Amino acid sequence: MKLTLKIWRQKNAENKGKIVEYPIEGISPDMSFLEMLDVLNQKLITAGEEPVAFDHDCREGICGSCSLYINGEAHGPDRRVTTCQLHMRKFKDGDTIFIEPFRANSFPVIKDLIVDRSAFDRIQHAGGFVSVNTSGNTQDGNAIPISKHAADEAMDAATCIGCGACVATCKNSSAMLFVGAKVSQYALLPQGQVEATDRVQNMVEQMDLEGFGNCTNTGACEVECPKGISLENIARMNRELIKANLKG
Amino acid sequence: MALDSKIPNGPLADKWTTHKNNIDLVNPANKRNIDVIVVGTGLAGGSAAATLAELGYNVKAFCFQDSPRRAHSIAAQGGINAAKNYQGDGDSTYRLFYDTVKGGDYRSREANVYRLAEVSTNIIDQCVAQGVPFARDYGGLLDNRSFGGVLVSRTFYAKGQTGQQLLLGAYSAMNRQIGRGKIKMYNRHEMLDVVIVHGKARGIITRNLVTGEIERHSGHAVVLGSGGYGNVFYLSTNAMGSNVTAAWKAHKRGAYFANPCYTQIHPTCIPVSGDHQSKLTLMSESLRNDGRIWVPKKLEDAKAIQNKTLKPTAIAEEDRDYFLERRYPAFGNLVPRDVASRAAKERCDAGFGVNATGEAVFLDFASAIMRYGKEQAHVKGLDENDNNLVKSLGREVVKSKYGNLFQMYEKIVDENPYETPMMIYPAVHYTMGGIWVDYNLQTTVPGLYAIGEANFSDHGANRLGASALMQGLADGYFVLPYTIGNYLSDDIRTGPISTDSIEFEEAEKNVRKQIDKFINNKGSKPVDYFHKRLGKIMWNKCGMARNEKELKEAIEEISALRKEFYKEVLVPGDANEFNEELAKAGRVADFLELGELFAKDALVREESAGGHFREEYQTAEGEAQRRKEFQFVSAWEYKGEPKDAQLHKEELVYENIEVKERSYK
Repeated sequence: MKLTLKIWRQKNAENKGKIVEYPIEGISPDMSFLEMLDVLNQKLITAGEEPVAFDHDCREGICGSCSLYINGEAHGPDRRVTTCQLHMRKFKDGDTIFIEPFRANSFPVIKDLIVDRSAFDRIQHAGGFVSVNTSGNTQDGNAIPISKHAADEAMDAATCIGCGACVATCKNSSAMLFVGAKVSQYALLPQGQVEATDRVQNMVEQMDLEGFGNCTNTGACEVECPKGISLENIARMNRELIKANLKG
Repeated sequence: MALDSKIPNGPLADKWTTHKNNIDLVNPANKRNIDVIVVGTGLAGGSAAATLAELGYNVKAFCFQDSPRRAHSIAAQGGINAAKNYQGDGDSTYRLFYDTVKGGDYRSREANVYRLAEVSTNIIDQCVAQGVPFARDYGGLLDNRSFGGVLVSRTFYAKGQTGQQLLLGAYSAMNRQIGRGKIKMYNRHEMLDVVIVHGKARGIITRNLVTGEIERHSGHAVVLGSGGYGNVFYLSTNAMGSNVTAAWKAHKRGAYFANPCYTQIHPTCIPVSGDHQSKLTLMSESLRNDGRIWVPKKLEDAKAIQNKTLKPTAIAEEDRDYFLERRYPAFGNLVPRDVASRAAKERCDAGFGVNATGEAVFLDFASAIMRYGKEQAHVKGLDENDNNLVKSLGREVVKSKYGNLFQMYEKIVDENPYETPMMIYPAVHYTMGGIWVDYNLQTTVPGLYAIGEANFSDHGANRLGASALMQGLADGYFVLPYTIGNYLSDDIRTGPISTDSIEFEEAEKNVRKQIDKFINNKGSKPVDYFHKRLGKIMWNKCGMARNEKELKEAIEEISALRKEFYKEVLVPGDANEFNEELAKAGRVADFLELGELFAKDALVREESAGGHFREEYQTAEGEAQRRKEFQFVSAWEYKGEPKDAQLHKEELVYENIEVKERSYK
């Protein structure tokens, strides 16, 4: 395959970035998208140029490191996959592909296609946990029966990989799908009940402090989410927040 | 130095309890004056950091990823073992201990493995309390599944994402402590050296991967939870960033490296598709419950399949060689990982491989689809002889069991595994070897600890499925936080460790020297060029089958490649910025040293055991031949060039288990 890549290059957070064009050929349809970028980078390095920086690690869709806004879509044109699982057979010979970082005020660019998503971590520090110390004598796992339905639903929410596609996709740069998923996981389980009030209030407060916007109700985040996290989680978070605020 | 494993006296079942009772404790007020450094935030490092902070120590945690949640433990699929005996099928601490020692081909330490089995049940309770959404049955109780090499159902799971959920559990425990200020988290930081002051580990040198800044960090003890070294093979199921640097730097500072040649090569991975390939993807072991592994019986059929002139579905039943069922009638397709991998390699080497490169075998679900379909047709009172109906009913059953794996396969390979058999081939997956530690998980350097995959301690020569998660969390939640107290109790009056000492200065200077060397080298070849070549040497000569001649060649070739690397490597950009190539250069430099020690270890071990197969030592039927005189741990001391490393032996004593032949026939 022969392609034209238009890639966002930005030296660091202080510098201004721009789109740079790179023609590339000899791409096999069996390559993953990131392997295609590997090929480009090896070429750039050998030619004495700086390679394109992008985040990646597990390359099997679970670590949440990879991002990329490809032709205007987070993680590219395929559904339910991260960029590392996207294959070049989804493109046609001769295509022009725009590659940009995940854009949001709360995700400042570090270099080229790499952004700083530490705001997500700080929201988790505010309440994304159950306060239980490691002791070795917590009660037996089976002493807390949980209906299969609730356990499965909590699991669906917990599969969020924290990649930030929801934020990048939302025109308000809202992080409510991400926060809603974590709030839901605990709200659906008995272990999460004791701290439910503080948790949702603290996490939402931190989310606002980080500058993420409000939900637009358009549902684009759910469509682009590589793990298919449902919008229901945002509704549940809002219910939890109202409940918590009424309690005071 | 003689190796002292510090195994407590007394009966096996009492050792851990007695040891804990006799350990020196640090009082809560004094813990506030003690700093502990934890490198790596996977299951082992993350759980250790959280627990140490809960106890009151000041923890500094480091990871090279942009968040602790992205450590590679997250990719573990299948599950975590625990001797809960919830299924009432006769499981017990002893049985889990026994299975682990036997699965490890009698090359692990009894006392450590028993402790692992003992605390396994606490792990499940702890994770449930944290809100980890384990699978439940309809009665609301925890569900189990079975895994390879054992006769009970003891594996707890969260869909096919158990590693993710357990890691997010440890991450949540860390977050609570980060929020309280008890853990100071350093993301995108890479450890580049450990600092030894007056014989004790007192700090590390790191590079901030965003700014390039070289930093000194001090502590009263240093804990390495930095994972395994499977990426020495270039292609493996490990994450791209997984590396040996932290462990290797510790080795160069005096920590012995144990059994580097023990590597797990997992039988069911998606085969390599071309030279562009950057990593390999695992297909869960659970597929072998229903999939049948085969290659064509006739060489001409194999050739035709390789040339794509023949479809696998066109090969008649009698012309297929179900080689695992043929060789191991008792266990069939469910033999342990090391055995299954070697058998696939044997067929492919003989020319029967089924993809263009001849390095793949079929994993076929056709008979499972028909079997389930007939069962469904019978239950529903439909026509059992209607082939199309049976097929579609059967597919539904297979889809409900393995749907997500089939989808993943189709995304990567672009073939429908419901219609045509999957192609699989073994790939490097896990390393049982690692830094040598005693019963307290302390290395041969006082104050330096190693936990999880980074140490060598519990899996012997082969790891059983669903045991890596168990070991990581056992070390981090329940073992290290206790044993480290014994060491730190001597440090209550030490006060803060200064980073201005000559030792810190020397270590920082070394780190800067290497970085400057890479940046100024201006060679002709990028880092990956050398990493790929190293991987080829490792795979061809230190892979699934090894022999004296090729191991000797590997040592020479790796040594020569290392020299070429330092001469010719090209690292673009600057040291004071985000520079992934620079980070990679440092990691590959260490792999180039470890690889040589790996080959030497494999050369010295003149026997076959678990993942280590020496062609000279096999039975008449081609099975692994263990030798009594090699019933020891090889612990290597750094002496300059990796091939000059000095061997220390820790003899393995089995008092509670009879050492037997592993047979799966």
